[in-house]
Amino acid sequence: MADRVGIVGVYQTKYESRKIFDSYPELVFEVSSKVLEETGLAIEDMDQIVTNSQDFWDGRTISNRTVSEACGSVLRAESKVAMDGSFAVFYAAMRILSGCYDSCLLVSHCKMSEGSPHLINNAMFDPLYQRILGFDELATCAMQAKRYMYKYGITEEQCAQVAVKNLQNGKKNPYPHRAMDVTVGQVMSSGMLADPIKALDAYPITDGACAMILAIEEKARKWSPKPVWITGIASRLDSFYLGDRDLAEVASLELAAKKAYNMAGVTNPRQEIDLVELSDFYSYQELLWLEGMGFCQRGKAGEMIEKGITALNGELPVNPSGGILSGNPVTVAGAVRVAEAALQLMGKAGQHQVEGAKRGLAQGHCGPCGQGQCVIILERGV
Amino acid sequence: MARRSKRNVAIVATGQTDHRSKRPDVNIVEMINEAVRRCLDDAHMTMEDIDGVVIGNMEHFEGIFFTEMWSVDGAGSFLKHGMKITTGGTTGSSLALAGYYHVASGLFDTVMTIGWEKQSEGETTAGLIFQADPLWERATMSGAIGSFAASATAYMHKYGITEEQAAKVAVKNRKNALNNPHAHLKLDLTVEQVLKSKMLAYPIKMLDMCPTSDGACAMIFASEEKAKKISQNPAWVIAGVTRHDQPFGGDLEMVANLRTLRSATEEAYKIAGIKEPLRDLDVAELYEPCTFAELSWYEAAGFCGPGEGGKLIDSGATYMDGELPVNPSGGVLSTNCIGATAMIRVAEAAIQVMGKGGKRQVPNVNRSLATGFGGSWWSDVMILSRTP
Repeated sequence: MADRVGIVGVYQTKYESRKIFDSYPELVFEVSSKVLEETGLAIEDMDQIVTNSQDFWDGRTISNRTVSEACGSVLRAESKVAMDGSFAVFYAAMRILSGCYDSCLLVSHCKMSEGSPHLINNAMFDPLYQRILGFDELATCAMQAKRYMYKYGITEEQCAQVAVKNLQNGKKNPYPHRAMDVTVGQVMSSGMLADPIKALDAYPITDGACAMILAIEEKARKWSPKPVWITGIASRLDSFYLGDRDLAEVASLELAAKKAYNMAGVTNPRQEIDLVELSDFYSYQELLWLEGMGFCQRGKAGEMIEKGITALNGELPVNPSGGILSGNPVTVAGAVRVAEAALQLMGKAGQHQVEGAKRGLAQGHCGPCGQGQCVIILERGV
Repeated sequence: MARRSKRNVAIVATGQTDHRSKRPDVNIVEMINEAVRRCLDDAHMTMEDIDGVVIGNMEHFEGIFFTEMWSVDGAGSFLKHGMKITTGGTTGSSLALAGYYHVASGLFDTVMTIGWEKQSEGETTAGLIFQADPLWERATMSGAIGSFAASATAYMHKYGITEEQAAKVAVKNRKNALNNPHAHLKLDLTVEQVLKSKMLAYPIKMLDMCPTSDGACAMIFASEEKAKKISQNPAWVIAGVTRHDQPFGGDLEMVANLRTLRSATEEAYKIAGIKEPLRDLDVAELYEPCTFAELSWYEAAGFCGPGEGGKLIDSGATYMDGELPVNPSGGVLSTNCIGATAMIRVAEAAIQVMGKGGKRQVPNVNRSLATGFGGSWWSDVMILSRTP
């Protein structure tokens, strides 16, 4: 990239299982006004706004219409990415790189408590052939987990270890709501949702919002002593039908990571990346995604968790924030991965800070079984 | 304030389905595939040559979540970059702008944008009502017709615009559609027929209103280097602007002053160096959801002064042989597949610049304007040019 885009500030609501006292415009207003306040900027400093939400989760056609006052887009330029938040970060960065705008306020929101996960996620499948099978995200991800475990010998205990690590990491992060000390045995006996996914292997219903300020290099340097640079960014969408893919090898993630590494000049991710924030909606996904992004060979991610390599104090901390398992809403989840990686690189991650982190990776996905994948490489400002 | 992109970007190809009220012969991805193939044929390209796809529609209309995922099969864009942008009625123009930003960023050289809607598979008015606040607004929300009836009444009252003047827009656009092979409603009408058509909500009659259509539109945006190889006469994007507004209807100024369009066109004209739009533009594709809106949009886009929209159509300036032909394609009054509608405006504006308009071609087009309308009276504007 000839020009660079920097992240100068991030702000998150506290994530809760049910925010009964806040409507989603109120959540959007909270994070939009606070991120500006914390970075010492005004809404007038923002050339544009990118919002990120889903009509299906909001139960509203044109879900961004509702938040225009809350995010300050009245008589200004705004657009909405209706995918995972990582793709919204991608779009915000590209709108800045176009040269049309210098800065961007990005706001992502979702109140899962107001929707029906089964009905909404069933609607992502083909209306003729697949919906009647009762497919939803949980059921199809369970199929993916089974396929992955069968092909590579990954065990349910190894997946449970991911949950143990992330839920523990989450206790050091003030935002998520389901952080806890838990044992592998407790995860294993936490109640079967869809074999092999148990309750603590799966993300909880969560409400919340996340905002971020991005700017072109010159402005980013002016606005922040330590902006975080986006040095690699790429996305790929695999084919739609589950039967057309090998679910144990997510080709879209492999290609997106390769492209992002190439842009950032990363040749050996395991050596050159200091921390990873990835989208662990289910515990098996952390292992599968780590393999897809080349942090280990296929089938070897189980060993990584067993050896403590991905622990907070390990060689490659993965989800020091506690990840989505500790409680982030869908859609917002990918933006939170970027925000958390940025906080690490700014040295502002508090108790879950990874010391000396210089380069981080954030990953988001959406669609059936990680069909769409987005990988973002972030680097500490100098 | 937006600026022009650092890298030059051009539209090199367009493809549309032949829009109909119902397309029972195809499912959604098959319909998308038709537009994609026509677009690729227009560019003499294959999907191999495309770096990424941007797609959008109104998700609640057909009840499909993550349409960008299912449509990968329709576009044939396996393992390519993909993104979904949805902004209501402006979805199509938001997608076109996204295609522009994708290429302008330098991260992509060729990007396909796809807008589509299969309204026959859903319930449009129910889908539209769901945009209103469930506590404060939904009980009074009546879909598109009611809000246009309210604004048209106020527009007539404030400026003395007549139903006859509005009817002329219906006659003009449906007649233009006779020259457009893709248009849904192709009708040779008289003003009397429009005035006598069934009253929907005063003063909006059946023939004053846009139809509901099934259809898709695809476009290819390319960098300067690629564009010059692909097309001898691409349409260069020289300005793109978006304006959104308040969420609640009661806070909006709906009367003859679509302030988002006024603000967006003013900025776009500044970027493109346009001083007198009526003189400096050669053709305009306006997103006119009803006849009265086209007259009002003339004013907001600066083609005439406030309250002079009726006089402008009376003068004949916006007819095919006028000073600034508006909607040679037949406009939204002739075709309305919502997620594609605003993109069709941009595609038709590009077709005019590229000289590919066939029977609907306006001679010697150097600069064209396309607008998108939607959300809570939001506007997008793009200006295209024969030269970069």
